[in-house]
Amino acid sequence: MTMNNLVLTLNDVQKSFGGLRALADVNLQVEEGKTLAIIGPNGAGKSTLLNVCVGLLKPDSGTVMFDGQELTGKQPHEIAQLGVARVFQTPEIFTDLSLIDNVMLPALSKRDGSFKFNPHLHMRKQTEVRDEAEHILADVGLKEQLDMEAGSLSRGDKRRLELAMCLILHPRLLLLDEPTAGMSRHDTNQTIDLLKKIKQSGMTKVIIEHDMHVVFSLADKVSVLARGKIIADGTPDEVREDPLVKEAYLGGAHQ
Amino acid sequence: MKKINVNDTTLFLSFAAVILLMPIWLSPFGAAYPDLLQKFAIYGIFAIGFNILFGLTGYLSFGHAAFLGVGSYAAVWSFKLFTMNVLPAVAFGIFFAGLLALAIGFLSLRRSGIYFSILTLAFAQMSYNLAYSVLTPITNGETGLQLTSNDPRWIDAMYKTPEAGLPSTELFGLTMNGYPGFYFCAVILIICFYISLRIFRSPFGLTLRGIKTNQKRMKYTGFNTRPYMLAAFVISGMYAGLAGSLLAITDPLAGAERMQWTASGEVVLMTILGGVGTLVGPMLGAGLIKYFENIFSSFNSGTLHEVFSFLPDGLEVVVVKVTGLFVGSGWHLTLGLLFMIVVIFLPGGIVEGVQKLARLFRPKTDDDPQAPAPQKQAAE
Repeated sequence: MTMNNLVLTLNDVQKSFGGLRALADVNLQVEEGKTLAIIGPNGAGKSTLLNVCVGLLKPDSGTVMFDGQELTGKQPHEIAQLGVARVFQTPEIFTDLSLIDNVMLPALSKRDGSFKFNPHLHMRKQTEVRDEAEHILADVGLKEQLDMEAGSLSRGDKRRLELAMCLILHPRLLLLDEPTAGMSRHDTNQTIDLLKKIKQSGMTKVIIEHDMHVVFSLADKVSVLARGKIIADGTPDEVREDPLVKEAYLGGAHQ
Repeated sequence: MKKINVNDTTLFLSFAAVILLMPIWLSPFGAAYPDLLQKFAIYGIFAIGFNILFGLTGYLSFGHAAFLGVGSYAAVWSFKLFTMNVLPAVAFGIFFAGLLALAIGFLSLRRSGIYFSILTLAFAQMSYNLAYSVLTPITNGETGLQLTSNDPRWIDAMYKTPEAGLPSTELFGLTMNGYPGFYFCAVILIICFYISLRIFRSPFGLTLRGIKTNQKRMKYTGFNTRPYMLAAFVISGMYAGLAGSLLAITDPLAGAERMQWTASGEVVLMTILGGVGTLVGPMLGAGLIKYFENIFSSFNSGTLHEVFSFLPDGLEVVVVKVTGLFVGSGWHLTLGLLFMIVVIFLPGGIVEGVQKLARLFRPKTDDDPQAPAPQKQAAE
């Protein structure tokens, strides 16, 4: 685990929708254990970038490499099994299931792989899976509501639950699409603390975020995307001072 | 957590007791005769199996009658070719229905939602029409596949000399008519219920429920969802094949009409009426619909006059006229109304209705709301 081990590399990734160029020759590199924040104005192509990484979209040209393996053309579940997890902009959880079931499912996927036919087992006897799920739910502050239906959670709690569902996969790369959107300042700070804690475990992260407070609290590096192109990258301080970025995006957003 | 286990055991034992005691407690309802009891058990199996697919994954198949039909044909062929013993017939029914389910499921599961339903419907109607036309050598077309006195029955021929007339289905010498036939179906139904219970409680079952709730998240969690759904589809197809073979055991005749879309629709109604995704709901729905079909439909104005004879003459005629619309050949009307009421007011089916009633009558205690609702629902 050398510090310059690259977990995620995008080489000249291009993606167009009809005549619109969503991504134009995007090159990105994320080192192991680091957090990269991608910022940029609305419609800059940030979500497209994540969708290309998890296999939801296929790039028109260029390659996405994860830990030396090509991700381009792989199925979402294959990419997930390789160790890439994603938190969506609107929480994707199992609304009809209890919180503990929500978190046990990813734990089963981690343990059993993408398919295992096991109708003879009993969920009650999967104690290791259950213990770990309870542990992770406690980490995100949801251990009081284990048996509650996930659909009845508040928006902020849903995001926390989704994060727990991703964390129990122990991914090598965690992609977060605006993890604090719609959260109160208090909840946002809690999420920041949680993500900082994860960082200590050495998980690599890519965060898309509008909230500059989150970006500057978490990111080791920042890439600025505008009209499908990376117009600047560097440490948060470098990017903050970049006149091009100030003009294109930041304006007066961060005082 | 141990409590859930006890609940499951109680649930299973009470289910078994209720089924085995049907000849006793159904007699006040005029339904305790073996032919109808067999139908309750057989269609219960059909609906329980259907619920494994529809209740757990949310994929609505409109073609499960095809598997029912194939199970019947396979069983009758087993009687014709090998032996009148019912066990091989059941095995063949399950096997061939499973095989057909594998093929149809493989193709249909490429689509979801309404497109999946239409694909399964199309395949089932195709099977139905094939059974009437091209496959006549196997299905005997419109006449239906029947036993004849010159069937080879190779295995039976080795052990016993054929008697005069058509032989009847048997289990090691026990003839499968009347009550023995019912108890054979009932035991299989109880085994099927147990398997369904285990599937509901297994990691496999939880995975299927995850697919129903959010397939996108399942994929991004690393689950390959298609083989899970195919497994559920094949299992429910095998349940249908088993039900089909049992139909042939209680009456060794297989006709193509068993594969018609109305039969596929019937199992959908049974499951929804009883409660989709619940364990006992499908059995309740199956029993209710078969009861209506056989008992309500046999009421005529004579019986109604008897029932309402206590009313004054003029009123009696009116009451009999009005209720007469709902019984006899009008039983579909009653069923339709019942179905509408359930879907509108009790989307969770009869099981939800029973739960609501139970909550009404239970004295209010403070620790009640703490009992997790979703688990309670799954247990009943």
